[in-house]
Amino acid sequence: WVPVVGLEIHAQISSNSKLFSGSQVQFAAPPNSLVSFFDASLPGTLPVLNRRCVEAAVMTGLALNCSINKKSLFDRKHYFYADLPAGYQITQQRVPIAVNGSLSYNLCVDNKMSQMVTKTVRIKQIQLEQDSGKSLHDDTRSQTLVDLNRAGRLGLFSYFSSPFCVVMEPDMCCGEEAAAAVRELQLILQTLGSSQAVMAEGQLRVDANVSVHHPGEPYGVRTEVKNINSIRFLAKAVDYEIQRQIEELENGGTILNETRAFDAKLGCTVPMRDKEGKQDYRFMPEPNLPPLILYDAKSLPANMNHQQVVNIDWIHERLPDLPSVKRAKLVERYGILPEHSFALLNEDGLTEFFENVVKQTQMKPKKVIGWILNVLLSYLKQHSLTVKESPVSSFILADLLNLLEKKEISSTAAKQVLAELWKGEGKTPLEIVKEKKLELIQDQKELDQICQAVIDGQENEVMAIKAGNLKVLNKLIGLVQRETQGRSNPVLVKQLLEKKLSE
Amino acid sequence: QVAAALKKGHVTPTELCQRCLALIKSTQFLNAYITVAEETALKQAEESEKRYKSGQPLGVLDGIPVAVKDNFNTAGIETTCASNMLKGYISPYNATVVQKLLDQGAVLLGKTNLDEFAMGSGSTDGVFGPVRNPWSYSRQYKEKSVRKPHSDSEESNWVITGGSSGGSAAAVSSFTCFAALGSDTGGSTRNPAAHCGVVGLKPTYGLISRHGLIPLVNSMDVPGILTRCVDDAAVVLGSLAGHDPKDSTTIQDNFKPFELPNLPDVSKLSIGIPKEYHAPGLSSEILALWSKAADLFKDAGAKVIEVSLPHTRYSIVCYHVLCTAEVASNMARFDGLEYGHRSDMNKSTESMYAATRREGFNDVVRGRILSGNYFLLKQNYENYFIKAQKVRRLIANDFLKVFGSGVDILLTPTTLSDAVPYMEFIKEDNRTRSAQDDILTQAANMAGLPAINVPTALSERGLPVGLQFIGRSFQEKQLLTVAKWFEKQVKFPMIQLEEVKRHNHDVFQHEKSASFS
Repeated sequence: WVPVVGLEIHAQISSNSKLFSGSQVQFAAPPNSLVSFFDASLPGTLPVLNRRCVEAAVMTGLALNCSINKKSLFDRKHYFYADLPAGYQITQQRVPIAVNGSLSYNLCVDNKMSQMVTKTVRIKQIQLEQDSGKSLHDDTRSQTLVDLNRAGRLGLFSYFSSPFCVVMEPDMCCGEEAAAAVRELQLILQTLGSSQAVMAEGQLRVDANVSVHHPGEPYGVRTEVKNINSIRFLAKAVDYEIQRQIEELENGGTILNETRAFDAKLGCTVPMRDKEGKQDYRFMPEPNLPPLILYDAKSLPANMNHQQVVNIDWIHERLPDLPSVKRAKLVERYGILPEHSFALLNEDGLTEFFENVVKQTQMKPKKVIGWILNVLLSYLKQHSLTVKESPVSSFILADLLNLLEKKEISSTAAKQVLAELWKGEGKTPLEIVKEKKLELIQDQKELDQICQAVIDGQENEVMAIKAGNLKVLNKLIGLVQRETQGRSNPVLVKQLLEKKLSE
Repeated sequence: QVAAALKKGHVTPTELCQRCLALIKSTQFLNAYITVAEETALKQAEESEKRYKSGQPLGVLDGIPVAVKDNFNTAGIETTCASNMLKGYISPYNATVVQKLLDQGAVLLGKTNLDEFAMGSGSTDGVFGPVRNPWSYSRQYKEKSVRKPHSDSEESNWVITGGSSGGSAAAVSSFTCFAALGSDTGGSTRNPAAHCGVVGLKPTYGLISRHGLIPLVNSMDVPGILTRCVDDAAVVLGSLAGHDPKDSTTIQDNFKPFELPNLPDVSKLSIGIPKEYHAPGLSSEILALWSKAADLFKDAGAKVIEVSLPHTRYSIVCYHVLCTAEVASNMARFDGLEYGHRSDMNKSTESMYAATRREGFNDVVRGRILSGNYFLLKQNYENYFIKAQKVRRLIANDFLKVFGSGVDILLTPTTLSDAVPYMEFIKEDNRTRSAQDDILTQAANMAGLPAINVPTALSERGLPVGLQFIGRSFQEKQLLTVAKWFEKQVKFPMIQLEEVKRHNHDVFQHEKSASFS
């Protein structure tokens, strides 16, 4: 079986205004508090296009290697649904603002970060679109409460809400690929500033189109899976649906062209409403919005007010570095591994943190990265904190790493200090080191005495080592460590012991 | 004129307002008004008076009583579109044009009656009942009407106003206000203007904001202006026109209000007479008047030539397809959820929608919605909607060609006949009537051109007949100049209504058409 997965991603633009109507956008506001007259589809109101949304869509289109249509049109897509106050959605499905792009993303092979594979998914189009309001079905009273706040929010495919929708061709084959592609898109959107793209806050909504077929045969019937609230669930939902379809077909059943909702609790998909096959959306040009005309440097009329137009070339010049470029630069500049660069970019603010530490410490970036990714990051994850919320600042960490670099403390001690620092009590690393007496013993004579004492006390082990079993040396090192309460530099200790034992 | 009187203090805004309100009351049988906003109007008049007293009126419109068709949103005042669907609906905002009038100090007397959702050409199909043409009660009509041995001949003989802005036309015609807003999608301002003997201006599409006008056909609707003389129309136009950021279909260019020359000169003009407008059913009376009007221009030195707009005969059908398609779309929002009528049926969202829409809309509206949806179905879209758009382009090109060949203004009849009696009108259904009556006015909407009805003469039955001028896009100044000249030539008589005489005042008596400018 060959599974085929396509995605429709609706991104909410991080702008103050909803796509067409000038209302404020704010997550978790009480229902209907942010609705403007147009969003509630009060009669007589007209849509007005938001420039920022257009720019965001163009930026995203350029970042995804799309051709930008200098002229794109708006249509009405009609259907009745409680969360669609006007009875139609304004969309650019037929002649959208950007088409034919591509997105490259990376997958770990067998979950090993060290083996990454680059894949590409084609972007069919990017269209400006409204998003519907949220529909909260209250079954007990069989009423539908309509939350019109979400209505009008900028988004991609949706009505009113997202300013634009990115449609990905069915080039993906499993949940993992879908998740990776979305993750990369998320990073791109965040980098462009077009969207915060946080799925949990509804800023990014992903609908998956899934079908299966036998190799060489035409594509199977597809279903649309909605109600996916995180990237993790996206992978799950897609994989579940693929499995479900395969099982269904192998048991002689058929797949219906329908819309299914992902149930996060049960980890499965359930049928929703009938999908496009049966619906005639009665597309009609939106008469209240003239065609959207974009300009580039060549086509821009000389006397046109800069404020009135969107200039593609101008936007292109101002595109920030995309994630793939950023990652390459990090690898080149700091000599870290590619998978490190992925990890850095994946966590909001981590790259900056890393670079700040590197600036303030003598420790080589290659070593710093270990502290950042293995130690700091795991602390953050354990406590569900973002980098911004870290009680340990880059300055303090750099301080600590400097102590380590100067060999004033051991690696183990450093970790202990970090644990203390994490409490956020405002003490400096040096203060903690002194407090807990974690300094490495610098006195050569003292160290020498302790080593000698250990050797003297471990006759059997010494004999084993002299006989060639070098592993036992570690035991001696360990004993020295214990004796010094971890305040000895293991490398130094090893040298001393070896020297003594070879005498 | 009345503005001058206000300025000089011969009459106060409050007095003016009160007189109009009283006149509205005594002409209630006309059913021109759905809502009379007495309290707010008097308050506005008071404010205006203060301004005049301190010598700082906002402009010519300050203190002038106006009325607005009930498909324009008015904050705090019910907006019904003469439909059950919106009965009791109080909009939270003012349409841009309403706001502009209020900002100029105009006094809003109330909302006028119309065909439900502006669909119709008689102002007879609204839930508040039909509007009666004030001329039905004029001495001129009564003298000429055939005496029937029936006791209530007056009752059964009354004639329609035309539509769909009949209420506004009647309000202006009966002197209850000095100007009124209508809307024009296929002739809805010019048609009743012709039947009620007032000036009805349809501006170029994109000149005046539609924000707040509950749409019928978004690509053809415009706010219309009804006044008693052309100069007044120019003044109102000046206060309304201009780009509105809330309406993306308004043009960006700056609009400069203009004053019309007192002695317009038409000798350098070229007037076109489109032969296709000699439509079947055109009354011989109107034909004769049309001819006389052409001669008037000729005698004044203008070039009068016959022209052709060959696709005119397709315009009805084309209009029907495009209009119903947009109607179906625009009416989709009326589902009872957020505002307006909501049915008690609550088994499911869908059944609630269905019941609400059946209860809320009349036959005409429902019929158009069904047709429109049919034309928009995927399998029909190409054959109907797309084709109609192409035909629309051809119709618009007809005009471009004619105007491009040197013709400045087109002169045509506005209606096929004078106003028919209500009893006769309702014998045919709305769709048939609309198809017949719109034929002379609709093409201007298809092409987005400005057009104006100028009352010309009284028919044999003593009822008003008007003629229409169609101009080039955004050339309202030229259009109105020609209209003004024509108005001066024909000297259309003033309506002689008992009620108006009773509320008489010097101001009203001045000249045949008591204007405010």
